[in-house]
Amino acid sequence: MSKNSKFDWIGKSWTQVGGLAKAKGETVYADDLFLPRMLYAKMLGSPHAHALIKNIDVSRALEMPGVIAAITGKDLPIPYGILPVTQDETALCVDKVRMVGDPVAAVAAIDEETAEAALEEIEVEYEPLPSIISIEDALAEEKVQIHQYAAQGNVHKKVSLEFGDTESGFSKADHIRQELFYYEGSTHLPLEQHAAVAQMGANNRLTLWSSTQTPHYVHRTLSKVLEMPASQIRVIATPVGGGFGGKTDPFQHEIVACKLAMLTGRPVKLTLTREEVFYTHRGRHPVLMWVKAGIKSDGLITALHFRNFLDGGAYGSYGVASTFYTGALQTVTYPIGNYKFEAMRVFTNKAPCGPKRGHGTPQPRFAMEVLLDKFAEDLGVDPAELRLRHLVPGNSRTVNHLTVTTNGLGECIRKAAQVSEFNKKRRKSPQGKGVGLACSAYLSGAGLPIYWNKMPHSGVQIKIDRGGGVTVFCGSVDIGQGSDSILAGIVAEELGIHIQNIIIVTADTDLTPVDLGSYSSRVTLMTGNAAIAAVKPLREQILSAASDVLKIEVEDLTIKNEKILLKNGSRELAAFVEAVQWAESKFGTLGSVGSYTPPRHGGDYKGAGVGPSPNYSYSACVAEVNCDSESGYYSVEKIWIAHDIGQAINEKLVIGQVEGSVYMGLGEAMMEEQVYRPGKSDIGGLHKNPSMLDYKSPTSLDMPEIETILVETNDPEGPYGAKEAGQGPLLPVMPAIANAIYNAVGVRVDEVPITPDKIYKGLQNIKSEKKQKNWLPGRIGPTTFPNVEFPEPIHVDPPC
Amino acid sequence: MLRLPPFEYYTPQNITEAVSLKARFGEDAMYSAGGTDLYPNMKRKQCTPNTLIGLNELKELSLINIDDDGISLGSGISLNEVANHPEIQKLYPALSKAASLVSAPQLRNMGTIGGNLCLDTRCTYYNQTYPWRKALGFCLKKDGDICWVARSSPVCLAISSSDCAPVAVALNAEFHLTGENGQRITAAEEFYLNDGISFLNKTHDELLVSIRIPSHEGWLMGYKKLRRRDSIDFPVLSVATALHLDKAGVCKNARIVLGAVASCPQRALQAETLLKGEKPNAELIETSAIAAAKLAKPMDNTDMTLGYRKKMAANFVKEAINEALGQ
Amino acid sequence: MKQLLTLKINDEKHEFWVSIHKTLLEVLREDLHLTGTKHGCELGECGACTVLINGEPILSCLILPIEVQGKEIMTIEGLAHSEKHGTDCKPHPLQTAFAQQGASQCGYCSPGMLMTAKALLDKYSNPDRERIREAISGNICRCTGYAKIIEAVEQAAKSNTKLPQHT
Ligand SMILES: Cc1cc2nc3c(=O)[nH]c(=O)nc-3n(C[C@H](O)[C@H](O)[C@H](O)COP(=O)(O)OP(=O)(O)OC[C@H]3O[C@@H](n4cnc5c(N)ncnc54)[C@H](O)[C@@H]3O)c2cc1C
Ligand code: SF4
Ligand code: FES
Ligand code: FES
Repeated sequence: MSKNSKFDWIGKSWTQVGGLAKAKGETVYADDLFLPRMLYAKMLGSPHAHALIKNIDVSRALEMPGVIAAITGKDLPIPYGILPVTQDETALCVDKVRMVGDPVAAVAAIDEETAEAALEEIEVEYEPLPSIISIEDALAEEKVQIHQYAAQGNVHKKVSLEFGDTESGFSKADHIRQELFYYEGSTHLPLEQHAAVAQMGANNRLTLWSSTQTPHYVHRTLSKVLEMPASQIRVIATPVGGGFGGKTDPFQHEIVACKLAMLTGRPVKLTLTREEVFYTHRGRHPVLMWVKAGIKSDGLITALHFRNFLDGGAYGSYGVASTFYTGALQTVTYPIGNYKFEAMRVFTNKAPCGPKRGHGTPQPRFAMEVLLDKFAEDLGVDPAELRLRHLVPGNSRTVNHLTVTTNGLGECIRKAAQVSEFNKKRRKSPQGKGVGLACSAYLSGAGLPIYWNKMPHSGVQIKIDRGGGVTVFCGSVDIGQGSDSILAGIVAEELGIHIQNIIIVTADTDLTPVDLGSYSSRVTLMTGNAAIAAVKPLREQILSAASDVLKIEVEDLTIKNEKILLKNGSRELAAFVEAVQWAESKFGTLGSVGSYTPPRHGGDYKGAGVGPSPNYSYSACVAEVNCDSESGYYSVEKIWIAHDIGQAINEKLVIGQVEGSVYMGLGEAMMEEQVYRPGKSDIGGLHKNPSMLDYKSPTSLDMPEIETILVETNDPEGPYGAKEAGQGPLLPVMPAIANAIYNAVGVRVDEVPITPDKIYKGLQNIKSEKKQKNWLPGRIGPTTFPNVEFPEPIHVDPPC
Repeated sequence: MLRLPPFEYYTPQNITEAVSLKARFGEDAMYSAGGTDLYPNMKRKQCTPNTLIGLNELKELSLINIDDDGISLGSGISLNEVANHPEIQKLYPALSKAASLVSAPQLRNMGTIGGNLCLDTRCTYYNQTYPWRKALGFCLKKDGDICWVARSSPVCLAISSSDCAPVAVALNAEFHLTGENGQRITAAEEFYLNDGISFLNKTHDELLVSIRIPSHEGWLMGYKKLRRRDSIDFPVLSVATALHLDKAGVCKNARIVLGAVASCPQRALQAETLLKGEKPNAELIETSAIAAAKLAKPMDNTDMTLGYRKKMAANFVKEAINEALGQ
Repeated sequence: MKQLLTLKINDEKHEFWVSIHKTLLEVLREDLHLTGTKHGCELGECGACTVLINGEPILSCLILPIEVQGKEIMTIEGLAHSEKHGTDCKPHPLQTAFAQQGASQCGYCSPGMLMTAKALLDKYSNPDRERIREAISGNICRCTGYAKIIEAVEQAAKSNTKLPQHT
């Protein structure tokens, strides 16, 4: 970890911007807004998983005292969706509901209680349709379609790509394994329930305050659905009380609040209940995976073939991207000679899946890392050693045309293994104790925007006040990941001033230049680079003016600690604020803009848009578990995680991101499940555990100690060399735990979550030595795989 | 935001007043102690009493009395008090442990021992919001006529999920009740019924005033609780044990009670008989545990798979016996 | 049915008419606009709504104002003023420590977490990790994995009120 003396702020641990306000309860989240004459809205959700809407009658609700307005799908018929190719949602269902909880009508009333009571008075006539709850159902059902635009039946998206020649790759392999894995769905569970407040101003401008990670996309959607020029809509992202990808789509409640505000002329607040948040979802796709991998005796992967089925839920959301992400980053993690990737996303009558921390990557990562553990055992090699033998070289291109600039995985593995004493513990752990290792790679921001355009991905604007205060405007949203701190740290570093003198104004479409949003781990890299671009000219202006006044060459001057200094000495020549005034006298009002557009690299095959990123972060994780060899009950004792951060901007915040990722990974590994009641009719499609009691999020007593090691590779693409930290470190946690369980008690759980009852089952069948057909005793996981034809793959030659 | 349905609230100043209010308003009124079970249930409209009778002002309910013959606990004592009371920790470690494992610290500051012992039974089809239950179709326990856990079942199979109830049964506690028709004392074991709807053997107006636990000098005891997380979660299986050994280590008396496997705590009489008159060694403990576990006929209506909870029963009985024996 | 209630919140008396079935959480946020107290479930399952009643942490989503009349209610808004630092309005050492350690990421659990931690430190001036973990085990945090929160509580315990405000 560098305490790089070159910098005043970068790489240090300073107090998070806004941290004290949060600790004082002063931060105003969307639900904390109370406007004069504000109304409260509620939406009526469907009780059916799949049904036609025959009729909706809101008249009785409207007659209730205190009810001001009621709307249905007919009032908001224009479809939208986060991806241009899947505009398949409406704010309120128009003629059909596709999942339990799908909203069909909404009311605004003088208080929330009245609004809720009014929902009971809305009469809806449904004609139930058979519901499709599983991947298997979706593949089998041809006639009943959830969406008519599906590729076929209920298959939303099919992908078939081949890079290089996998057949010849397999023929060169010394060992081949074919395996099945399953990864259960899970949800973000932000502690803050989604909330939005809308207001139609007297000047006919609409303002929406919303807990969103992507105000820019919400802005575009509102303009489309409400048929209003975007210039008359202002979207303000309030501080987000937990996002993790769950507040990245434009949502029904946002549109409904706006529509009701327009109809009533009064501010309208709509806050989701916890149960509605579970149905809003957009979380981890359940994925069933078939993997075939071939390796040389030295561990080199000669060929890899993945076939994935994604359970997409009722709508498209980010699903097309998610589908590609279940394949794209394998090659970035380890060198893979030849790679075939097939995937299919199906529609089901459940809450739509989308981007949850790690977007599409944890599932195949889990499969691959467990598979490598099995290979290591086959070859009698230490799992860390096996991985270290072949690393993706820096400045290289992968077989699927992704550019890797720097790769710190080797150092991550070595350090994580060393501090955890992985090698020793793995070989000599007492019965019930075990360690497991796994690795991962992740992108620092998607190389391409969600809708095709050539504009920057991030913009930053800076103005300097005569009093020395520096205001930074940026469209980015601080969702707790610390993006405001990153902006402030970078501007402070470049201007040589104190962070306290920097004011951050973010996420307001009236005030701030567009930033695409807080998703895909893009913010530090992209807003960071934009901030550097914006602040550099200001620094030059200030120094140039100072040079004029002080009669010292610009080259000899610098700014540090709010002072203009001689570069080679520390003599104080002027205060920063004085120099600012000189600069304003010389150049006029001080302001500048900077923007960032990622380099355009990556292949040009269909699907090449998913995967490219300016740089990739790497992580290696070691988990130590203690598992009761009778009951299968286990605890995770400790997690060591080494993360290639490129360069930490704020060390403490980076470690916080790593720890948070480990937490969420641990929850997925051990207990979290977004699951629904099965069945075609009556009880199918109901969420099984839509509460914070029944959906298990680990408590402080379930969390092990985490030891974080930061590895710095100083990447040329990142600001000061930085890479992402918010998502990558989640990825290796689940497989590390699976591998540790195997090391502890000899049970292979090839699926997530890894629950005590599964381990218990494995222990039982090891004891009984019952031969499972085709599977080793003690292996728990899927045993069947749908037999479905994939299209002939698009063949892509490896880059030369 | 989930909200409470409207009601009227009374704050009686003594037991007589509380009971007569309850008698006056009948089944539409409910006692509210800590409210930590009642209010969530009301927010989910599992019950919608139009009158609440708050018990907070009843000083009699917060008394603790310790004498040579045992201890009397007012029903209004908070779970944290039960968990942290040094005398209870010393004399009835299983009780303080059970209380300390209820939910989380804040809730233990609010929740009372009385409320815990009168806790509503639980079921994954029942502890859901009103829209959820309406979408599914209401069940026997509230507003409906089918049991979703076992569709042919004529009775509700909701689970007794109180941490302290099995311990109260294992420690042979007596419950002191006051109702419209006067006072009554009942054995804990008789207080619970194996019926998810009528799970308490008392009339609606009867107020649980105090819990009397006889002296257990010379007894050893243990409590084990199975749940997914180490905090917040209800038990999905629990075992309370109380053993009385003589100087030679022969078991003179034993009480073993399983929680969260039926609609009321289940006493493992067969296992108790096996242990009595014997010196418990590993083998005997194992056999008794297996015998006790036969009582566990869990249904698929709480967290963790039913098979696993059933399998774990023997394990947990064994561990709870060992915990009592200090091994 | 509305009733006139008097509550003592953060050392101030508030007298107001309120529907008897509104929880303390609702009254704090909606009637008194003390929005520092958060909510994540309203069923006692997350700890976000924790406030102090007579110094003990409780869940404001499961208690009625009428049940806490005459008691000392403290919310996050009162934490900074809860310790005597004369007339200035310095943050409580826990608040400073949370900010410095990065114990608030999204910050949504922070008010509840801080009130719980305050009650802990009032009882044990120097709690060990196990005790801290146990004390906050009813407060779900989805962001931090609790590590920085535990470190912040330790820092606050050590700092005995005289901390620099910025590093
Ligand atoms: C998230 C969460 C987790 C929980 N986890 C657990 C757990 O792990 N273990 C566990 O055992 N419980 C758990 N509980 C349930 C509950 O909080 C506790 O059991 C608590 O002790 C109940 O006490 P109370 O005083 O709050 O009861 P109340 O809610 O006030 O009352 C419960 C019931 O008992 C009746 N009642 C109360 N007092 C009397 C009396 N004196 N005489 C007659 N009837 C009375 C009430 O009318 C009501 O029907 C949990 C609750 C929540 C919300
Ligand atoms: S056991 Fe059956 S009747 Fe009882 S609550 Fe559950 S579903 Fe309803
Ligand atoms: S809001 Fe009170 S515990 Fe969740
Ligand atoms: S900081 Fe976000 S929930 Fe704790």
